[in-house]
Amino acid sequence: MTMTLSHSHPVLIDGSRLIAEACVRAGADAYVGYPITPASLIFFHASRRFPIALPAPDEITALQWMAGLSAAGYLPVSATSFPGFALMVESINMAYMMELPMLVILVQRLGPATGTATAGAQGDLLLLNGLISGGYPLPVFCISDLEDCWLLPPIALQTAVDLRMPVVLLTSKEMVMTQESFDLARLSEIAPVHRTVYDNPGPYCTYDPGDGLVPPFLPVGNDRHQIRLNASTHDRCGIIQHTSDEAMANTRRLQAKVEARAPVLYHLDEQEGAQTLVVTWDITSGAAREAVMTLRSQGVPVSLLIARTLLPLPTVYLETIDRYPRVVIAEENHQAQLAHLLFGRRIPPHVRTVTAIGRMIRPDEIAREVVR
Amino acid sequence: MSRFLVKPELPYCKGCGHHLIVRNTVKALEALGASPLDVVLVTDIGCHGIVDGNFATHTVHGLHGRSVALAAGIAMGLPPEKKVIVYIGDGGATIGLQHILEAARMNADLTVVVHNNMLYGMTGGQPSGLTPTGFRTVLTPQGYSLPHHNLPRLVLDAGAPFAARVVGLGDFSDVLRQALAVQGFALVEVLEICVSYGVKMNPDLRLKELAQEAGYEPGIWESPARPAFRPSRRETASLLDMPAVPQKYSSPLEGRMALILAGSAGEGVQQAAELLAQAAIAAGLHVTKKGSYPVTVGVGFSTAEMVLSRDPIFYHGVPQPDAVVVTSADGLANQRERIRRMTGGVLWLDASLPVPETSAEVRVADFRGRAGARNAALYALLTVLRETGVVPPEAFLETVRESPIGRQVDLSEW
Ligand code: SF4
Repeated sequence: MTMTLSHSHPVLIDGSRLIAEACVRAGADAYVGYPITPASLIFFHASRRFPIALPAPDEITALQWMAGLSAAGYLPVSATSFPGFALMVESINMAYMMELPMLVILVQRLGPATGTATAGAQGDLLLLNGLISGGYPLPVFCISDLEDCWLLPPIALQTAVDLRMPVVLLTSKEMVMTQESFDLARLSEIAPVHRTVYDNPGPYCTYDPGDGLVPPFLPVGNDRHQIRLNASTHDRCGIIQHTSDEAMANTRRLQAKVEARAPVLYHLDEQEGAQTLVVTWDITSGAAREAVMTLRSQGVPVSLLIARTLLPLPTVYLETIDRYPRVVIAEENHQAQLAHLLFGRRIPPHVRTVTAIGRMIRPDEIAREVVR
Repeated sequence: MSRFLVKPELPYCKGCGHHLIVRNTVKALEALGASPLDVVLVTDIGCHGIVDGNFATHTVHGLHGRSVALAAGIAMGLPPEKKVIVYIGDGGATIGLQHILEAARMNADLTVVVHNNMLYGMTGGQPSGLTPTGFRTVLTPQGYSLPHHNLPRLVLDAGAPFAARVVGLGDFSDVLRQALAVQGFALVEVLEICVSYGVKMNPDLRLKELAQEAGYEPGIWESPARPAFRPSRRETASLLDMPAVPQKYSSPLEGRMALILAGSAGEGVQQAAELLAQAAIAAGLHVTKKGSYPVTVGVGFSTAEMVLSRDPIFYHGVPQPDAVVVTSADGLANQRERIRRMTGGVLWLDASLPVPETSAEVRVADFRGRAGARNAALYALLTVLRETGVVPPEAFLETVRESPIGRQVDLSEW
């Protein structure tokens, strides 16, 4: 079925299905899964749809298989929630250092630890900020509605390929498990991820970026050039090093490529005369939209910023915030994690936070803070 | 120098058994007639892992203990003519034992060479799961007290077609050649002593005698061949080939209605709510539905939360329901607190249940008696629609009729 439907095509659908379908249309070809609530529905859909779908015996194995498949030229995807993600962390660092493209979908649920598997949350943002040892940035995109379930997987996969690295797509329980009426005609066509491999005859060094920041990819096992992948500190050719200048330059490049090339995605709906900007992400975006609509219908001008790129944190968020005398940041966690990312521990007095745990934030809570 | 090496001087201590493993690997590969770029050498963490730079093959240097899982992923993605070799130590084999067993069970197409020098060499000589009883290490100067794993036996039990153990002296390249020729999982455990830590702590031990005393029996063990695990790409159908829900009805609903359906697992609560959601779409409404049930899905409560709305729904939480429909004691227990907090709205309650404390209007009906436990949820929703008209009852009945349960329920009775 092509996605340019001319007639409306209403269905009852969950975000997990859209994510799995979007990944495959974008060219992801291997799904490696380990069941965990609330990510299992993505696993279920992916198992029916991906050209290759593998059930792994645990999440460490899942990430290692993904790294192996990625090294061999596949574009792998997995979805998990915090307990499984915690097991993946060292392996994500490995893939980061080896520069292997892959997508990890992190479906947030209520923590700490096992927490409540069937309650949603937005509690893992601070975990992701600092996930890579040494503080190197990992691109993190975040889904804010059903359309994002369709639009963001291809962008995340393209980023993984373009930057040769693992990318995290962040979402949460209520986003991927709620069934919603949705018109499939709203979905745009997805173009497969554009991917090139090194095809020069000349010498090839696995981590030589040439004039750019990202070394051209060539799969391990190819017949033309030796590939050396290395999770330890290494030089341009992938040979282990202690702290040689060349190796340190290679390590610094891992940050530079993300900062230079990670896409900045957000939704900014500014209203003339608005004195307050509502900032939000993930599942709270829905409540924020309703709050903004209600306020505007009551004659209260208000602007809305929905963050889709969470990490590295785009500077445009602070630039936008700086234009408003009042800011309300709404997110479903106990710490106001995005606010802390933006301001550190000293959140300015004109910035108010709306937080909750164990339940979704309501539109009226956000609206009340805007007019306070 | 062999075509498999780019540097003949290996990075190990003088006298370390790792030298012989590299020489015998190279000899085995030459005997097989492989070319360097047909080989992927995956190394673990440990002294053996710094050898990548010597090899002319593809090399992959991963994490401690995870190399077998990483190599399994690589092997899945490569054609059978490529050889994937894992170098791992006894420490890595201990931390990654599950990966080894899983790769054996799957019959991943790789050859694992375990450098068993009976301790962690790189970190100062600590004992591992392969350290034999009585072996002295820096942490166990009186001798290690536990028995060691028997890796060949473990992998054979897990389904490996080939396992071997050799004392790492002289020429054992033929065992490696046999392992490399296997289509599928092969493990070769090579016994060594770390000259820096093992010999220092156990100066009188000789490798052969140590192997014998420890019960480290050399040998080759084989199981019947079976196909190597190599997933192939398959064609799949779009997940979006879903029939459109045609809008044939209309709903009088102006704003939004939040409805909770609470019953027991196994009594079709989620299915009933899904059918109502479809009917609501058919009536031109926007709708969201989420399910809630205990982790043991077959017992206890089953609750569906729904929002029906004239306008698009961005926030689908239900802090204050307009309607709560309870069909069983499990459902009542699960929703009792929310029902108590209701300041308005309607509670539809099965006649078998006690009326809970609430400010909502209570309407009692015999859902279970009329439709049976299995269909009480469906019948209860039909009742709500008949009494409120929020979705035309015919829309719901048609949706039910066209669903798989339409054949199981005699709707004419309703
Ligand atoms: S420390 Fe032991 S294992 Fe490591 S190279 Fe030296 S002898 Fe070999």
